[in-house]
Amino acid sequence: MAEPGHDALEVITMDLQGQTFALEAVHVREILDLVPITEVPGAQPFVAGLINVRGKVVPLADLRLKFGMEQTADTIDTRIVVIEIDVDRVPTVVGIRADKVHEVTTLDATALSEVPRVGTRWRQDYIRFIGKHGDDFIVVPDIARILVSGAAEPANEAPKHDRSSATLALARPGEH
Amino acid sequence: MTSPDPIETFRQEAQELLEQLEHTLLDLGHRPTDADLIDAAFRALHTIKGSGAMFGFERVAGFTHHVETAFDLIRKGRVRATAELIALTLAAKDQMRRLIETPAEADEAAGDAILGRLQAAIDAATVGVPAAAAVAAGPAAPAPASATAAARAVRTWRVRFRLPKNAMATGSNPLLLIDELRELGEATVIADTTKIPPLEDLDPTDCLVGWEATVTTAHPRDAIEQVFLFLLDDMELIIEAVDAQGAEEGAAAPTPASPSSSSSSNSAGQGSPATAAIAPVNWAEVGTKAAPKSSAPGPSPSPAAAAAEPAAQAQKGAATAKASGSVRVPAERLDELMDQVGELVIAHSRLKQITAQTHDPQVKSVVEEIERLARELQDTTMGVRMMPIGSLFGRFRRLVYDLSRDLGKDIELITSGEETELDKTVIERLADPLVHLIRNAADHGIEPRERRIDAGKPAAGRVMLTARHAGAAVLISVADDGRGLDRERIQARAEENGLVAPGAKVTDEELFKLIFAAGFSTAREVTNLSGRGVGMDVVKRTIEELRGSIEVRSTAGRGSEVTLRLPLTLAIIDGLLVRVGNGRYVIPLGAVEECVELTPEDDLRSTGRCFLNIRGDLVPFIRLREQFATRTPPDPYQKVIIVSAEGMHVGLVVDQVIGDHQTVIKSLSRLHAEVEMFSGATILGDGSVALILDVPQLVAHGQAQEERLKAAG
Repeated sequence: MAEPGHDALEVITMDLQGQTFALEAVHVREILDLVPITEVPGAQPFVAGLINVRGKVVPLADLRLKFGMEQTADTIDTRIVVIEIDVDRVPTVVGIRADKVHEVTTLDATALSEVPRVGTRWRQDYIRFIGKHGDDFIVVPDIARILVSGAAEPANEAPKHDRSSATLALARPGEH
Repeated sequence: MTSPDPIETFRQEAQELLEQLEHTLLDLGHRPTDADLIDAAFRALHTIKGSGAMFGFERVAGFTHHVETAFDLIRKGRVRATAELIALTLAAKDQMRRLIETPAEADEAAGDAILGRLQAAIDAATVGVPAAAAVAAGPAAPAPASATAAARAVRTWRVRFRLPKNAMATGSNPLLLIDELRELGEATVIADTTKIPPLEDLDPTDCLVGWEATVTTAHPRDAIEQVFLFLLDDMELIIEAVDAQGAEEGAAAPTPASPSSSSSSNSAGQGSPATAAIAPVNWAEVGTKAAPKSSAPGPSPSPAAAAAEPAAQAQKGAATAKASGSVRVPAERLDELMDQVGELVIAHSRLKQITAQTHDPQVKSVVEEIERLARELQDTTMGVRMMPIGSLFGRFRRLVYDLSRDLGKDIELITSGEETELDKTVIERLADPLVHLIRNAADHGIEPRERRIDAGKPAAGRVMLTARHAGAAVLISVADDGRGLDRERIQARAEENGLVAPGAKVTDEELFKLIFAAGFSTAREVTNLSGRGVGMDVVKRTIEELRGSIEVRSTAGRGSEVTLRLPLTLAIIDGLLVRVGNGRYVIPLGAVEECVELTPEDDLRSTGRCFLNIRGDLVPFIRLREQFATRTPPDPYQKVIIVSAEGMHVGLVVDQVIGDHQTVIKSLSRLHAEVEMFSGATILGDGSVALILDVPQLVAHGQAQEERLKAAG
């Protein structure tokens, strides 16, 4: 895995509620159009769905709930990015819901910076880096940590915590 | 794909060989003079030694060498295969396994001790020369009576052999074999090139040449066979005596005898009808000799050895050794295959939906063809996961052999239904429970010898291990003809442990079930085999995990029988597909008792208390709509599915019963570890995912709810 200052990071960029996120390309297996989603009663809200990916039953994670975002309806651009990542050292295939998927790109090492101590409205440990790509700020979330937190924490804890850390310092690049 | 580690390959191979060796030795215990068994054991030992040395397992090779030497003596008839020798060889086999699997822990001294005792046993079992000849003769030598006389006489043999195609690839060198033949005596060798195809079809690594050698030797026939000892199983080998009779036969054949001097003669000749009838392949009769004029100093004194028998014998050898032509496949790869086939079935049903709108008969016929193929592929793939349970039963022969020695009881293991097939994972998980049950039967069930004789039973106790199919389940039972379960003692013990109220009337069935409770043992004293009361609850737990059940039957003085009922496979269950709101769910059909309609009266009445009157029984029910927080309006006529687990019933209220569904079970990921109501998921025909209800959990939930309501009054 690339660390800032050492290497460039190859990523796939995607949108969630107008904010650009990037998933490390090494984890990404495929990108799917929206498929029928089966609800799992009793599961945590941010992983409340199951999808069929080539005969495998795969949980679908909605990061919007972890970042305190509104859940708007699916559009024609909605995609599922299927990633494979170690959750507590167990390789796990997870689908990540995206409002829109842009491109595969390289985040330059110099464009990556550590998460500023203050000034984000999100839980710091959910974010690996923040990068700049053109005029956009790109957030590289720490998916593994988000998923582990999902498996360990009580369901209602995370979103509340997110919303309580207030100010929005990340300049929002013009809405898409 | 990475190529397998050669050392790992050796380990696997050695493991198989050791298993085979163990079976052979146990068989040998019953038939100590069977030459085929002795040869098989010797071959296994020799191969382990050889490949062990090749892969750097020097200690294995060194140790095995001594055991092999001992067996060589048995093979040559110098030593009898006594029970003691067999027991020691089994111990040696265990030591070999330790040396291969955990070399660091293998104790050198223990190995030396075994070898020392082995040597002592050999000395004790060494027999005189005449007896030796008789043992060596067995079924292998042509005429036991004249064997010793014939052995010394010089005879001419015609040896025709063809190595397996892959002989070169597996490291055999035909030239060395021919040299070995030459060492036996004067030999003329002719190559048979009829099987060599045109150049463009030729695979240069195949061994396609056959050979015919005329050997004149004072050595017996066995000596010639021994040249091919390690190839016998897969090769064609015909050894015929060329004596007065044989020669006449050969002369009568229409094929003219060609000069037998050239060793590379081009053999385009026709097969002689007389010999072709015996030989499995059409051998070109190039080397047929008119008479053994070359160097045989006189006709053999044993004309009794006819030429017909050898072919049959070679074939028999091949048949016994051709036990399994199997391929090792990692289980994950089978799971992958299963997934892909499932995907194919789903893709097909989508194709079918799309083509339903067209009227092109050609497209339709292709879709039907694909459907048939996909179904067959699915069946085959499921079949691949199935293994005969015999592989597991085989292991228990050793267990019973050891138990019988440790306990000083004569115990016979009788197995049947080895061919019964079960999912591979189920078979693996069954090993432990069956060990416990067999130990129990041997230790507690079977009485000591004197007691058996007093009771008028045969002195040797019997443990019967049987497997058979019963619908979608497999029944495996462990029965013994011992003393049976002691009803009074179990009841007393159960009362002591508070499992049963003192003096309560309990049926046999209920009482016998208690032996599976944790910590329940009625054994007066703990032996090193059983009696600690840990075994049986392991049995119960494992069987429950495999979604199976246990039945116990026992007749005092006549024996007892424990029957395990297991589903055929873990990967697939029959399910009942239901709809709750917009979601579809699968209920394992095995748990379903019946379906009833939820009458409007019940529906209304039950707003406070959720009970249903099923033929006089009050059955609590759970509204799955509430559990799943379904938001759509309920269907006007809801159904209740009565399910049971652990003997308790609960009703599940659903909107609609869709029908039965062959369910391929997929487990849920770690992210859904906290979800309790579901045991897994499956993929439906239209490609969507449906959850499988965890019935025991729901039943427990329903019972808890009932308790709460009762407490609330």
